Amino acid sequence: MSEAVVTSGAEALPKRRSTSALSRFLRHRLAVAGLVTLALILIASILVPMLSPYGPLTIDLRNRFQAPFAGPHPLGADQMGRDLSVRLAMAGRISLTIGFTAMLISTAIGVTVGLLAGFYRGWIGAALMRMVDAVLCFPSIFLLLTLAALVTPSVAMITLIIALTAWMEVARVVRAEVISLRERDFAVAAEAIGVSDLTIMVRELLPNIMAPITVAATLNVARAILAESYISYLGFGIQAPTASWGNMLNNAQQYLDSAPWLAILPGVVITLAVTSFNFIGDGLRDALDPRMDRSI
Amino acid sequence: MANYLLGRIAQSLLLLLLVSMIGFSLLHFAPGGPLAQFANTPGVSQEALQQIAKQMGLDRPLPVQYAEWLRRLLTGDWGNSYRDGQPVLSVIGSHLGATLELMLTSTTIAVVLGTWIGVLGAMRRYSLADYAATIGAMVALSLPTFWFGLVMIYVFSVRLRWLPAGNIATPGDGSFLDLLWHLIAPSIVLALVTVATWSRYMRASMLEVINQDYVRTARAKGLLGFRVLVHHILRNALLPMITVAGLQIPTLLGGALVTETVFTWPGMGRLFLDSLSYRDYPVVMGLLMFSACMVLLGSFIADVLYGIADPRVRMK
Repeated sequence: MSEAVVTSGAEALPKRRSTSALSRFLRHRLAVAGLVTLALILIASILVPMLSPYGPLTIDLRNRFQAPFAGPHPLGADQMGRDLSVRLAMAGRISLTIGFTAMLISTAIGVTVGLLAGFYRGWIGAALMRMVDAVLCFPSIFLLLTLAALVTPSVAMITLIIALTAWMEVARVVRAEVISLRERDFAVAAEAIGVSDLTIMVRELLPNIMAPITVAATLNVARAILAESYISYLGFGIQAPTASWGNMLNNAQQYLDSAPWLAILPGVVITLAVTSFNFIGDGLRDALDPRMDRSI
Repeated sequence: MANYLLGRIAQSLLLLLLVSMIGFSLLHFAPGGPLAQFANTPGVSQEALQQIAKQMGLDRPLPVQYAEWLRRLLTGDWGNSYRDGQPVLSVIGSHLGATLELMLTSTTIAVVLGTWIGVLGAMRRYSLADYAATIGAMVALSLPTFWFGLVMIYVFSVRLRWLPAGNIATPGDGSFLDLLWHLIAPSIVLALVTVATWSRYMRASMLEVINQDYVRTARAKGLLGFRVLVHHILRNALLPMITVAGLQIPTLLGGALVTETVFTWPGMGRLFLDSLSYRDYPVVMGLLMFSACMVLLGSFIADVLYGIADPRVRMK
């Protein structure tokens, strides 16, 4: 509908609409704070290892357990004298990559299942949604750990496992949207003129549910980063010497007495990153879907 | 009510069947399958492996194997632990108590605290306290539970020396007070996520009720604010929370796993991790199925209670 207005010469209209979504997002101060924090973490993850004289695996025995701000290592060093700032940055690369990739995969699965279940509401839809319910019966950490223990824990495998346990929410959201959209005139019209099911789903319905998908996907990144930290902390995720935010905490508990920063710093970074994604998701929800009830 | 109950039972049984299928396929389609334990043992030849496979009935068609597995699951024969040969169900049973203690304590904390925060947030909407609670809940849902546990241990055990750093009891001291003392830190850690979720839903539920006509009538009659809150608002606002409580069970079980590991709490979660490290698959699968059954049962009970408490639900 808005395209018709654009061609009639009123170029200001779509522009105003897009700035209003953007300005709604910018008005959400926490979301903006999240975006800034995340940008800083991302930049640090890229730059710190390039600028630091230490590598992530450089052992510096003279400075074992160096406290932050108390020696050559800016954020301190671990039990082998490895530089904590460099390791945090390298871990950030891994954890953020896992978070994004797992989000892409889980969203793709969720959207596919949700589209099919919403479009074919007969027994196909029912079967798919019962499958979603069944997977949700397993507490996700139990499922994650079982899967992680059954495969060789590589970065790719861990990503895949996290994705396989995180698509259900997206599927539910998409299905609910599709069910209401496919009764609308444009979808019924497309069906009436013989457009194929696949085309209706991908070309007509999908573009109209991008907003809730974007929100759910953003929240999924947060969940994936958390999931990685849990399974790596418990020893079934990313394996040493590769650093991830989770496995940096894996050994930290035994040094809680002598070197508490080893446990505190990675946790702070995980919390910052995950909170940022959650706030951004919140801001996106307000920006993209103004009708949304904001009471929760 | 009978129809509602029957429908809900049928639905749960169907889900249980699907859950069991997922469990069975996890065990079979994983690399190595049920034989992984033997395949990794040095000195077991290929022929011996095939022998074992035949003994375990792995040469039969999958549906037959599944039916057999399900039959044994339903009759309570969940196999034996590879570690000590004990039946899986009794191994789980011996760890269940500690986990339930932890879960019940933290649920109590979470419900009391979460209700209070939620009520306060709704009564003083958009106040500073309300914003603080909103942001606090978001951060609580974002931080890794195990890390919060580590920080608790660092502050209260390492620095202040107020609380024990883990375990369920001081050796040689079996008193109730000692148990309580050990329960404090892990149950607070486990309660964190539930407090955050519960307070958010509580706030939303309060806001739905607070502006309804009968509340205004009660106020207009001249009833005291506190009386209106407890007798008119809270009674109805707490109803949907039954569902929220049921939905919290997977989160609680998962959280218990992590909390138990951090605090060396001898419950189901620790058992699960230990069994994973030993590749003790019968116990792993047993716990996986057991936790899924608890989740199913929890949501079933929550739905039935909601149906009893609120007749409108049954009509749907």
